[in-house]
Amino acid sequence: MSTAVQVMDDVNVFDLAAATLRELNGALQNLDATTNQTAWTILNPRGAHALAVGVTAPVNITIDGHAGYYCAGMNDGATVVINGNAATGVAENMMSGSVHVRGDASQSAGATAHGGLLIIDGNASARCGISMKGVDIVVKGSVGHMSAFMAQSGNLVICGNAGEALGDSLYEARLFVKGKVASLGADCEVKEMTDEDRDILAALLIKAGCTESPDEFTRYGSARKLYNFHVDNAGEY
Amino acid sequence: MTEDHLPHIPQTPPRFSATFDPHTAAEIRRAAATGIYDIRGGGTKRKLPHFDDLLFLGASVSRYPLEGYREKCGTEVTLGTRFAKKPIHLKIPITIAGMSFGSLSANAKEALGRGATIAGTSTTTGDGGMTPEERGQSRTLVYQYLPSRYGMNLTDLRKADAIEVVVGQGAKPGGGGMLLGQKISDRVAHMRNLPKGIDQRSACRHPDWTGPDDLEIKILELRELTNWEKPIYVKVGASRPYYDIALAVKAGADVVVLDGMQGGTAATQEVFIEHAGIPIISAIRPAVQALQDLGMHRKVQLIVSGGVRTGADVAKAMALGADAVAIGTAALIALGDNDPHWEDEYRKLGTTAGAYDDWHEGRDPAGITTQDEVLAARLDPVKAGRRLANYLSVLTLEAQTLARACGKSHLHNMEPEDLVALTIEAAAMAQVPLAGTNWIPGRNF
Ligand SMILES: Cc1cc2nc3c(=O)[nH]c(=O)nc-3n(C[C@H](O)[C@H](O)[C@H](O)COP(=O)(O)O)c2cc1C
Repeated sequence: MSTAVQVMDDVNVFDLAAATLRELNGALQNLDATTNQTAWTILNPRGAHALAVGVTAPVNITIDGHAGYYCAGMNDGATVVINGNAATGVAENMMSGSVHVRGDASQSAGATAHGGLLIIDGNASARCGISMKGVDIVVKGSVGHMSAFMAQSGNLVICGNAGEALGDSLYEARLFVKGKVASLGADCEVKEMTDEDRDILAALLIKAGCTESPDEFTRYGSARKLYNFHVDNAGEY
Repeated sequence: MTEDHLPHIPQTPPRFSATFDPHTAAEIRRAAATGIYDIRGGGTKRKLPHFDDLLFLGASVSRYPLEGYREKCGTEVTLGTRFAKKPIHLKIPITIAGMSFGSLSANAKEALGRGATIAGTSTTTGDGGMTPEERGQSRTLVYQYLPSRYGMNLTDLRKADAIEVVVGQGAKPGGGGMLLGQKISDRVAHMRNLPKGIDQRSACRHPDWTGPDDLEIKILELRELTNWEKPIYVKVGASRPYYDIALAVKAGADVVVLDGMQGGTAATQEVFIEHAGIPIISAIRPAVQALQDLGMHRKVQLIVSGGVRTGADVAKAMALGADAVAIGTAALIALGDNDPHWEDEYRKLGTTAGAYDDWHEGRDPAGITTQDEVLAARLDPVKAGRRLANYLSVLTLEAQTLARACGKSHLHNMEPEDLVALTIEAAAMAQVPLAGTNWIPGRNF
């Protein structure tokens, strides 16, 4: 293995100042479910793009600094912690596992993700959860405009406020917002919080280490009026 | 006076307006009755400047031809030589374009894979993900990366032989897609993570990148996800080909796919199909110019599509500078789409074989553009695959015939100098002289 990796206290410490992105991703992608190299720390990420993408082993990866675009993209099983901010598309198309951003996230966090859990301690910018397909996302701060645009399924929890056009054209995803919503997008409406919703929300709040109570949140979802095109709804789009 | 004494007045036959012709008037009545635009499948139906407006000169005293049955004329092509560790090698430069499972039945997708594999070429997934049938039957499979990301997952991404980032389609540059509820079976719904029976919109923009600088990073991610092995294609609808191709190259594409306005679609508004984008013969030269200006012609390969039907079309596209072509509609016809065999059933649908284009309704008598199990079972994927392979073989033989006549020992050696145009429009668009002249409109001498 490259000299960029040193093992310290059972943690594989990978220094990106001394090796390439390809070496890093290659090492992580070559791990399988039976590996005993289960803990990784990446030093000097310096906002590099496509960090720790496509990892399929259930390993713990800590990125010690800010991450560029598509960090942990298509993650399928790894537990990734970013000790910093994440640029556009963090955990995009995640299949399973978890990604935890300790700072803020830029646009399209968790875009199209199918599964797993994305936690953002700070705020997330526009289009958080766009086209989400089953992922759970918990944002402890606020989200920008057009979040959950065309969201298909999964759950988006927002402890702060939501920007304009929340949940525009959404399908079956559940949205939970504690703060104010600047405006709702087409076909998004307030829903009654069912017991099932409350259970899902409570479990996610606990997983994300939030102290809020589910009762402080409002649940939003699809009015399902735009599911099949009808001419009288044309003005809604 | 009796009528007999009137001078004979000749009857003028009823005259239709050229502006408000019967089709246009019928469309106005349809719109007035329904309040919604017409959606259909296929490509443009009106006549446009096309490959038919170009001719090969052939060899004569100043150029020598090659012997048709004796001298070799190569057809193979390698795609993805710029960055990918595993470029794609095809026996013929005619690929099968991306058509989604959802718009097409699983049997049709399998047949496309079988036909392409026999012919030694590639086939492409589409909006809706990769099915095991098509992966299993396709030696070389290109996996589309679309704005909707329906069915997109890491396992399939790694199973693909190449990845095609779809920015646009010729039939609807700047448009998204729609799969109407009628075609959303359990299987289609499951692959797209959506409820059954509802309209499924495909976004027109990618959810996590906009513009060429982001695209460069997206391509980096796709390469990192797949160990830099797979060629990355970028597909654009023909609208501003010079700039779009230049930007795709700058963003790191290995291959660019340029789809002209004649290109087919599974379901799009008629107004979009007929009124947006530019004909493929007008798009190839600017695209090639962009590649040449960047020193990338033949290094980043150019695949063109949109109304390719014959070996002549293949040869003309390549003479204008393309490395390969892609076919959609023609491949479906080869499988059995719009076959007169089903005429009675086309009549019941209010149409006739050859004109059926309500592909979005999912009631295709030929069992191709449907998810109805009974209809889909009509298409035998083995026999249909054989028909496609036969057709691909004819296209190749035809293209070789023309290339040899121009004295070319490989399809890639054909050049614009082998062509002239029949019309001033085609001469200007394809930048070849009007037949019998040395005039290329728009060129400064
Ligand atoms: C039934 C059908 C489905 C299509 N689905 C897709 C698709 O999912 N993604 C895409 O990029 N293009 C799609 N296309 C466009 C083709 O990839 C291709 O650009 C076009 O068919 C080429 O023109 P041609 O049909 O004249 O050969 C589809 C076309 C047809 C006919």
